[in-house]
Amino acid sequence: MTTKDTINEIDRFIRARLEKERLAPSPEAPKHTLLRRLSLDLIGLPPTPAELAAFLNDQQPGAWQRQVERLLKSPHYGEKWGRHWLDQARYADSDGFRSDRFRPHAWRYRQWVIEALNRDVPFDQFTVEQIAGDLLPNATTDQRIATGFHRNTLTNREGGIDPEQFRVEQVIDRTNTVGTVWLGLTVGCAQCHDHKYDPISQRDYYRLFAFFNAADEDHMDAPMPGELGPHLQVRPAYDRRRRELLAANAVPKLQAEWELGMLETAANPGKRLDWDHAFDDLRTDCEDGEKILRTPLANRTRRQSKILTDYFLKDYARVISKERKEELKFDALLKQLQELDATLPAISEAPVLRAFERKTHLLVRGDFKQSGESVEPGTPAALPPLDPAGARPTRLDLARWLVARDNPLTARVAVNRIWQEYFGRGLSRTSENFGNQGEAPTHPELLDWLATEFMESGWSLKHVHRSIVSSATYRQSSDSRTDFSARDPENKLVGRQTRLRLNAEAIRDSALAVSGLLSPEIGGPSVRPQLPQSSGLKNWKESTGRDRYRRGMYIQLNRTAPYPLMVNFDAPNGYGALCRRSRSNTPLQALNLLNDPAFVEAARALALRAGAEGEGGFHHRLDRAFQLCLGRQPAADERDWLLAYWKSQPETVAWTGLASVLLNLDEFITRE
Amino acid sequence: MMNRRHFLRAASGFGGLALRDLMAADSTPFSPRTPHFPASARSVIFLFMPGGPSQIDLFDHKPELRKWHGKPLPPSVTKDLKLAFIKPNANAVASPRAFKRHGQSGAEISDLLPHTAGRADDLCILRGLHTDAFNHDPGELLLMTGSMQFGRPSMGAWISYGLGSESQNLPGFVVLSSGTGPSAGSNDWSNGFLPSAFQGTPFRGSGEPILYLSNPEGFTGEMQRARLDAIRRMNEKRRRETGDVEIDARIASYELAFRMQMAAPELLDLSSEPKHLLDQYGVHQEPTHQYGLHCLLARRMVERGVRFIMVSHGSWDDHNDLDKNLEKNCRITDQPAAALIADLKQRGLLDSTLVIWGGEFGRTPMTQQQRPDIGYGRDHHPNGYSMWLAGGGIREGETIGKTDEMGLEAVEDRIHVHDLQATILHTLGFDHTRLTFPNSGRNFRLTDVEGKTVSKLLKKGLA
Repeated sequence: MTTKDTINEIDRFIRARLEKERLAPSPEAPKHTLLRRLSLDLIGLPPTPAELAAFLNDQQPGAWQRQVERLLKSPHYGEKWGRHWLDQARYADSDGFRSDRFRPHAWRYRQWVIEALNRDVPFDQFTVEQIAGDLLPNATTDQRIATGFHRNTLTNREGGIDPEQFRVEQVIDRTNTVGTVWLGLTVGCAQCHDHKYDPISQRDYYRLFAFFNAADEDHMDAPMPGELGPHLQVRPAYDRRRRELLAANAVPKLQAEWELGMLETAANPGKRLDWDHAFDDLRTDCEDGEKILRTPLANRTRRQSKILTDYFLKDYARVISKERKEELKFDALLKQLQELDATLPAISEAPVLRAFERKTHLLVRGDFKQSGESVEPGTPAALPPLDPAGARPTRLDLARWLVARDNPLTARVAVNRIWQEYFGRGLSRTSENFGNQGEAPTHPELLDWLATEFMESGWSLKHVHRSIVSSATYRQSSDSRTDFSARDPENKLVGRQTRLRLNAEAIRDSALAVSGLLSPEIGGPSVRPQLPQSSGLKNWKESTGRDRYRRGMYIQLNRTAPYPLMVNFDAPNGYGALCRRSRSNTPLQALNLLNDPAFVEAARALALRAGAEGEGGFHHRLDRAFQLCLGRQPAADERDWLLAYWKSQPETVAWTGLASVLLNLDEFITRE
Repeated sequence: MMNRRHFLRAASGFGGLALRDLMAADSTPFSPRTPHFPASARSVIFLFMPGGPSQIDLFDHKPELRKWHGKPLPPSVTKDLKLAFIKPNANAVASPRAFKRHGQSGAEISDLLPHTAGRADDLCILRGLHTDAFNHDPGELLLMTGSMQFGRPSMGAWISYGLGSESQNLPGFVVLSSGTGPSAGSNDWSNGFLPSAFQGTPFRGSGEPILYLSNPEGFTGEMQRARLDAIRRMNEKRRRETGDVEIDARIASYELAFRMQMAAPELLDLSSEPKHLLDQYGVHQEPTHQYGLHCLLARRMVERGVRFIMVSHGSWDDHNDLDKNLEKNCRITDQPAAALIADLKQRGLLDSTLVIWGGEFGRTPMTQQQRPDIGYGRDHHPNGYSMWLAGGGIREGETIGKTDEMGLEAVEDRIHVHDLQATILHTLGFDHTRLTFPNSGRNFRLTDVEGKTVSKLLKKGLA
């Protein structure tokens, strides 16, 4: 493989600029570095020794391309690049705010993202489904699940909050997120006033807002393959038994009375304090409690009925006397119902969005209480016009407008963010802001070319990845160059590759992978690995068995208290779209890798694995551990140092300590 | 606004703005840095009282309320009130506490805080504070991060970012928390979009003070050092081979981690503190032990160069049983807070240490009667509440600001929490409009787009 005959279009742009500056590109990195780089970049895991050997031994033309295709086909590709998308989608498994309640169904959207990327769903379709999948003709379950993108907003259940205020805040979040993620614009600035730097007026802002204001939250059954059959088999018997149990305890009648009482207290607060507080709690503690209460019995979905009845059974006691409570024996009934619930095989569910008629007014200074002039849905005047299918533009029109060929932003924003993951900085460094306040691109023609190529390939993300990793520019050595330090210290001209510290997930995944502990299953609900008692995390019922060793992206993300490794290594907490992670370098990271029992366990497993696979004494075992962790052989001096270390340690900790040294190396947690 | 053609050109590749990072390329996040102008304070201890302590029962004496006790306040004064739970026509409740004037300054403080009252001449009591939020999360976030939105850097993170750390073996921003803890949790000490080196490091109440601080089971300190030396040697070689300066920072982080492992036990070892001092803080006594220990640790951290220490106790969110709960929280915190001021002063550290006492809002002059069978409480009150400051170049023996006769609204020397933040940054040598960080396409700062330094709080010559 020589660099000369494998340069592609990207290289021509990069080299033209380098030549202009009279700088030479860097030579190609060593093969083991290249495969490790490619594997970490495309699937977020280091190559196995077998994969590495296959590549090193492949002397035929096209060896690199074969690796690229192998990794693009790996189902782990959807995980690695799915996580990148989830940063922008502000994904989390909890509500945020004080209660930070767990969202048991949020993962269903994550699942959709992973599967869509693995199928290389064209980015225009990927966009349309997330923005407005529910509005597509004959929308499929999958297309509706995609709208879960909008359900990653925070939810405030704090007492006393005005529900309308919070609904407006969620719509604002949806508007701003779409602006940042697809347009690379900080439209949020125009919430209160005309944008200072970009041509977005406050009116423009509320026209965009109007698309998302005409929508409401919804919930649907979203079974995974294999779930539906067993569920439907049991359901008739389950339904019958539940009805019987409720009827036997006079629940329908009592609940109807209770609902009347609740509606009454809602209409005339201040008369019966116990009912007032019961109603307040219904609004905050029961999912959609007030909404269900106000929905006529016949119009409630099966899920809604169950939610309200279950809540009623738990909460009725506070508005009745002690004697009456004892008479009713709801505690026993609840226990029976729980046992019954356990007999019904679950099907997965998904939080989604659906259309809902609602007029929009401009909010004066962004205040939800101060309505100004009425506005119709529309796109910013400075951007190409919208071409709605019907009289009144819908979210679906907006979605199609975002991915229209003449939209100058979407494709550029998307390819720039992909580039950033490969080189540590975007062609435009401020990948979250393409407006006038953003930094100018270093290679505008290349950005244009990539964007055009992206669209012309049928919006294939895999095509963009393939183009970039096939370039000689990508394959350059990441060693720093003294001739650049004065002229291009930030490597803006990409005359070399860049060493990048792995992100939080990849650090965990790599440690689990090289030690053989990793459970490589794709997708499913979130997991909770073991944590020291002192971590003080709530909602943390430890997972058992294989689930403790799943990839980092599946670790339950509680917004107010994420898994410590994620915090220490700059993973986002899902408060807003994040387009660019920071890469900090702190002592807490060192403590995490040195002392966290999860990493000590990985070190122990790695030592055992290297011992089993690398028979024949210290050097064989060390070679194997090196191969697993770094994809290379130890150099003679490294061998000497590590042997000296190993000899100096008591037998009980020597191998674990040595393996832990490897897992702590800058080289191990860096993609070179 | 720019015209469309210009905009599209910028969007597709031109225009733009160069950004200046505060940090020089060759320093680590922890290197000490110089602020905009000479500072009066070097470190900050924020005695954070989340939940909203009742200023009406502590610092803001409202005898006028006795006239209205048990009755709704006149609609003319309550008509624009918007509160979290209660209606403006709820009954007023006068404070049952006795207020007296204290010290030479004659500051009015209630009988719930006898020890604090004993330090009255060291304090600058602010009675005209106001905020925009009447719920805990947004209120705490506004106070600590300058914004009601989640995801912004906390005051302690901004200050660590601006000043670096004086300590070579402890984090620059430490959080000590007792009671149920603040409602917004770690968001109150988040680094937000600043590098994670600047996040608050919570010291834990029991077990390891910092997560993952202890060596793994079976590893002695010597073995840990040997492990670190091996890592260091390998990393140094990689640094030579790749020329990547980031590896220097990694090596430095590992060394700081090791020093933290050594220094934390020394910090926590109180054997050098005399018994009478422990008694003053209420350490080894109840109910003051935990908070007293945290206040004492805060002083020890200041001595060791920690930049910002948040000592949180709460909650003070007394919607019911206010009188009983207030008494409880005051008995826990009053003596240790007063001991901290005295101790800092005695050591000559008070001049360079800014101490702040307060919560995200105050409580209403009206009652929130939850149920007949439990005591009365008060609702959240953002429009006029109290805090105190001491040391760090703040005037002492002053009471600044006033609420109206009913305690509904700050009317004199009104200080918004953004103004407080601007003033805190000023004592540390920062112009709050210039301590910024670029994120999502614009420069952010602690005070958002508001805030004015309140020179009236500063000692002469420091304004």
